Formats: sequence, C-alpha cells, structure tokens
Amino acid sequence: MDLNFSADEVLFRDDVRAFLAANLPDDIRDRVRRGDESVLADDVRRWQRILFERGWGAAMWPAEFGGTGWDKTRQYLFDIECFAADAPIQLPFGLKMVAPVIMRYGSEVQKARFLPRILDGTDWWCQGYSEPGSGSDLASLKTRAQRDGDHYVVNGQKAWNTLGQHADWIFCLVRTDPAAKPQRGISFLLIDMKTPGIRVHPTRLLDGRHEVNEIFFDDVRVPVENRVGEENAGWTYAKFLLGHERTNIAGIGASRRELARLKQMAREATRNGAALLEDPIFATRVAQVELELKALEVTNLRVIFAEARQQAPGPEASMLKIRGTEILQRISELQVEALGSRALQFDGAGEDVPRVAAQYMNLRKLSIYGGSNEIQRNIIAQMVLQL
Amino acid sequence: MDFSFTDEQQLLQDSIRRYLESSYTIEHRAGILASESGWSATTWTELADLGLLALDIDEADGGIGAGPVGMMLAAQAIGAGLLVEPFHSSAVLATRMVSALARDTQRERLLGALASGEAIAVFAHDEGGDWFAPCSTIATRSEDGWRLQGRKTCVYHATMARWLLVSARVDEGVGVFVVDRDTAGVDLRDYRTVDGMRAADIELDLMVAADSRLGDVDAREAIDEALDRGIAAWCADALGALDRVLAATVQYARDRVQFGTAIGRLQALQHRMADMYMQVEQARSMVYLATSACLQSDAHERREAVSGAKVLVGQAARKVGQEAVQLHGGMGMTDELGVSHCFKRLLAFELRMGSTEEHLAHYRKLAQSRAA
Repeated sequence: MDLNFSADEVLFRDDVRAFLAANLPDDIRDRVRRGDESVLADDVRRWQRILFERGWGAAMWPAEFGGTGWDKTRQYLFDIECFAADAPIQLPFGLKMVAPVIMRYGSEVQKARFLPRILDGTDWWCQGYSEPGSGSDLASLKTRAQRDGDHYVVNGQKAWNTLGQHADWIFCLVRTDPAAKPQRGISFLLIDMKTPGIRVHPTRLLDGRHEVNEIFFDDVRVPVENRVGEENAGWTYAKFLLGHERTNIAGIGASRRELARLKQMAREATRNGAALLEDPIFATRVAQVELELKALEVTNLRVIFAEARQQAPGPEASMLKIRGTEILQRISELQVEALGSRALQFDGAGEDVPRVAAQYMNLRKLSIYGGSNEIQRNIIAQMVLQL
Repeated sequence: MDFSFTDEQQLLQDSIRRYLESSYTIEHRAGILASESGWSATTWTELADLGLLALDIDEADGGIGAGPVGMMLAAQAIGAGLLVEPFHSSAVLATRMVSALARDTQRERLLGALASGEAIAVFAHDEGGDWFAPCSTIATRSEDGWRLQGRKTCVYHATMARWLLVSARVDEGVGVFVVDRDTAGVDLRDYRTVDGMRAADIELDLMVAADSRLGDVDAREAIDEALDRGIAAWCADALGALDRVLAATVQYARDRVQFGTAIGRLQALQHRMADMYMQVEQARSMVYLATSACLQSDAHERREAVSGAKVLVGQAARKVGQEAVQLHGGMGMTDELGVSHCFKRLLAFELRMGSTEEHLAHYRKLAQSRAA
C-alpha cells in the first residue's frame, strides 16, 4: 500500500499546473472566480479550443480519436488542477456523454463527422433524456419517433435539458416501438438543433438563471443515418453512457476549490470581533467537512486503482456520487453561513460579494440529477450489498 | 499509488482471521469474559506462537517488523474477531513505546519478554479523559532513583501486566518509567470495561530505580508517534468490527422475513444499509490515510491524518453500531450475537485514546496552524 503519486504523476501535475498558469486567459479566470453567468457559452468554447490546441481537448478519450489517452489517475489530476486554477468547465454532454457512445456503437461515418467537432469545441451538444413524466424512471419515456422512408419523425417533449439554448446538436432517447417492453423500444438519435419543429423553452430555476430548458419536438424530421447503433437498442447505449458520465463524478476538484473559498470567506468574515475561522463552532464544521472530503479523496483513489486493475464492478461510483454531492452541498451551505446577511444580495449594485446564495440554491441539483442520490442508494443496496 | 497488499501481508491477515474464527468463537469468548482474570493465557500463548506479539517489533530488535501496514491488517482481523486479550495494549502500544525509547540492555530484555508472551506491558498514560492535556503525574529525581506520584485512569489490561509504562513529568519534559505492577505504592482499582476487557485506575506513589526510565531524553515526541501508531492500529481494529457488523446486518436483513418478505427488500432499510456501507468505506479510507501517514516523516501531517481517522472512524462506529442493533431488532439487544459485542467494542473505540470530539477539536487546531 502506498498512497503517494508516482514521480511521473507528480511531474505530470506540475506540467498541467504550468500550462494552466500560462494559458488560461485572465478574463475567463476572473469570470469563473466571480461565478458570472457570462462565463457560459463563449468562454467554454474558447477554453475548449485552447485545450484542443495543446492536445488536451479530451482528457478521457483514447488517443486514436484525438484524446489524450491518459489513465484515470492523470484524468483525475488534470481535473483537480483545472478547478484549482479556476478554469471553466468542459462541457460533459459532448465529451463525456455522446462521444463514448459514438466511439463504441456509432458508424465510421458518424465517428468522422461528429467526434472532431466535439474535440475542438465547434459543436455544442446537449442531452435529451428526461421528460416531464420520466425522471428516475427514464425507460417510461414517451417522445415518439416514427419511421417515414429514410427519416424518423419525432414528436414529444424533453425536460431538464441543460444549456440547450447554446446547443448545435442534441442526443435523444426516443420511443421507436411502443408495443415492446419499455426498455426494448427505445432508440438513440442525434438531432441537429436547427431542424424545423424544435422549440427550446427556458425553465427558470430558483437561482434566477437560465440553465435548463424544455424542448418540444413537433414533426421533427431526423435522417435515419443519425441513429446510433440498432433501432430499439438505445437503452443499452444509454446505460453505457451513464457509466462514462461517472468519470470524476466525486467532484473532488470542485469541492477542494469551494472549500478553499469557504476558508477564505471565513477568514475575512468576523464574529464577535474575531475572524469567523477562529470561532471554534464554525471552524469545527469546516474541519468536519474537510475530513469528509479527505476521506472521499482516498476513496476516489481506491476506485481509480481498482478500475485500473479491472476490479471495480462499477456500483462504487454511486458512493462517489452521493458523498461527492453531499460534501459540495455542505460546503456551499457553510459559505452562505459564513457571509450571513451579506449573502442575501441577489442582484443590483451593492457591494461586491460572492453570489453564494445563488450557488447554494443551484447546487441543490447535484443530489437530484445524474441519478438522484436515492436511486444511487438503491444501486448500492442492490448491486453492492446484494439485498 | 497502490492500494494492494503483499502476499505476505494478506497471508498474515488471513491467518489471524482463520485462527480467531476457529479458536475464538463467541461462546469461547463468553467463557473468558466470565472468568476471574478476564483473559486467556492459553490464547495469549497461541498468539505468541503465531508470531503476533513480535509483529510490531522492528527486525533489528529480532521482531517481525510488520510496520504500520502489517499492523493495520492484523488489527482489522483482531477487531473483527473481538479479541479481548491485550494485543493492542501490549503488542502495539507498549511495544512501540519501548521500541521508541529504550536503551540497549533494557530494550533487549523488555522486547524479548513481550515478543515471547512471557510478559505483558501496558502504557499507563490517560489521566482522566482529557486526552491532549499535559501529563500531571510527576517524576522527581532523587539519589536512589525516581519518585513517581500521580494517578492514571482506565489503563487497559493493567491487571494482567507485569510492567506498567508510566508517563510522568520530568524537568526537561516527559519521561516514561517501567514500573513493576506488583510494587508497593502501586494501587490498582480494577474493573470490567464496556467492551468486555479489564482496566484499572492506578494511584502511584513510589520510588523506582534510576535505570527504570526508558531512555533519558524528553519523550514527548516519541510518545506522540507511538500513540499515533497505536491510534492508527486501534482505528483498524474498529474497522474490523465495522466490517463484521455491516456484513452481519446485511445477512440478517436477507434472512429475516416479515410481512411475507425479506426485510432487506424494503427500501427504507436498504437506504439505511447503503448509508452504513458508505460510512464504513469512508472509515476504511481514513484508516489507510492514517496508516500511510505513519510511514511518512512529516509529524504534522501524521497527527492530522491520525486525528482525522479517529474522528471519521468514531462517527462511523457510533452510527453503524446503532443502526446494526436497530436493524437486528430485538436480537440486536441480546448478548448472544456478535453484533452486540461489536457494538460495545465500537463504543469503547469512540471513547478511548481521545474521544471523537477531542480529536475533532485537535484536528481543527492542527488545520488552523497549517493554514497560518
């Protein structure tokens, strides 16, 4: 047993750190640091382009598709360094979600057509999975795709679509055989967002931001060549996708960064005339969550190690998701507590304080999306504990 | 980064586990608990024969030198097997104290006797539940040796020990003194502890020979390190008990039928067991971290990791122990099952060698001084 990173891994980390220091544009970093909404769209595309030019556009892809070919440990270190440097996120929908499905199940034409444009940031992808009546029970989805010559005609409604207002493409689960068992009648379609009949309608969230949408499909014609894999086999691809979405699911990088911010806030805030971080009660709460994060870091490394040796059956990722989201939510709560009434400012021209309340509200999503934490507990009970 | 263990380490753990499963059944253990002495000399001899009492003695001193990782694996098996004999007190804590401080002749004599099982030693250090408080027992130098005066509390396995290793204040800091338990001026009041072991409160007012001191330098750093290694092993012991109660609870939930279904099929209970599982895994990660930190030279990092492990393992001990009893229903309340004995061992874990609260406060201060 040895918990240290190898000398090569440490060199790699230093290399990433140096690259980030030299190449992350100041204006982007400042917007990320402030948590501005304007960080979305343009900055994300610009940053993807910069990473692409360095050859680091897709940390989790194999080299044959233009990825880095890094192992999980390097992907993990890269993720942590990016967060520490206040780099914008890389959009997961193309890189981590649809791309692995195309690589594994797509045609050669689809690979050549879509993957390079994901890698260099040309295409913005979004996800069409959930529906108003189909959340945790995704297989009950109703969006219908009917064959009409060499096209499918898609009708229905997708919900909780993230950032589709910027998207060029959407990957969708659609029902192609309503007579079959729910899981057997689903297909996986790639749909150009400019196709006539698609309407994107924002769902305002409690933090006031426009992050998610409803997407309506009204006789949308999709070429059959944009189906991935076999008709009615989409559920298999959807499950495969979920497995890949889990890379860095513990969110250690994000939690570390937010914990550092929390401590900074608690150093600057005062209680009873002293720094809040010196207050034993508050500092104990910070210490508790810091320890929980430390434990999760080691757990994450254990899973990475087991995965590299093909020992991880997979369901351990549910633990990383549950604990990772709980920890980040807790840190966010403590940020709100650290700022106290100063956290109440929601907009306008008041003093320049971090918008921690909006983030706190927004991060409630963590335990709901990506398989709610309750679904993850079902998975642990059934797959790990064999109950 | 490597989370695997060598074949030798794995074999060590497996052999302890097998030995305890076959020879140390819950019924056999009940007999030991009910006995006058509260321990089995036969078991102790068998542990010595298996080499376990020399595990934490360095190879240079004629021991096995299993190191922190080997001790972690051994302690997990010991904890899961609910051993009440003084493995942790003598073969870990006292052995580490002697290894860290004793000089040549002393060292040879003490370690030899500890390794063979011929003698048991315990570290008499706790003075009333304020774990991080400075020692108040005093050692005063005189012409014929040292006068020791003070009071030690809850010294585990003191009644079966030949030697008490007593920490006491000296001019330059703290010294550790080897005291024959049967000497006049050593007043033991012994009792059973909640986890089925024996401990004693000890009043000390006696003279000991000049050469009874272990080494001759301030022992605070050595004590600190020995205690950290001891706590790390103690955390691993608790992890063994945690693994056992979780497995027993899951099995019970599979077998127990109510309302025509195994209660393990009920989602309300499944989620509670999923939470137990996660707490045990987080505890395991902290045990690994603390053990790994005991291999490093950075004392600050070691203290942080060890206190951190004591906290998270302690919190898991509380929660998982309670849930295990709850999910076993009435059976969890009986003295018959391993579950209730694990529950008691886990309670003792929380309270001994610095409570969860004390270590959390300690960790907080360490983290603050790191940042400053």
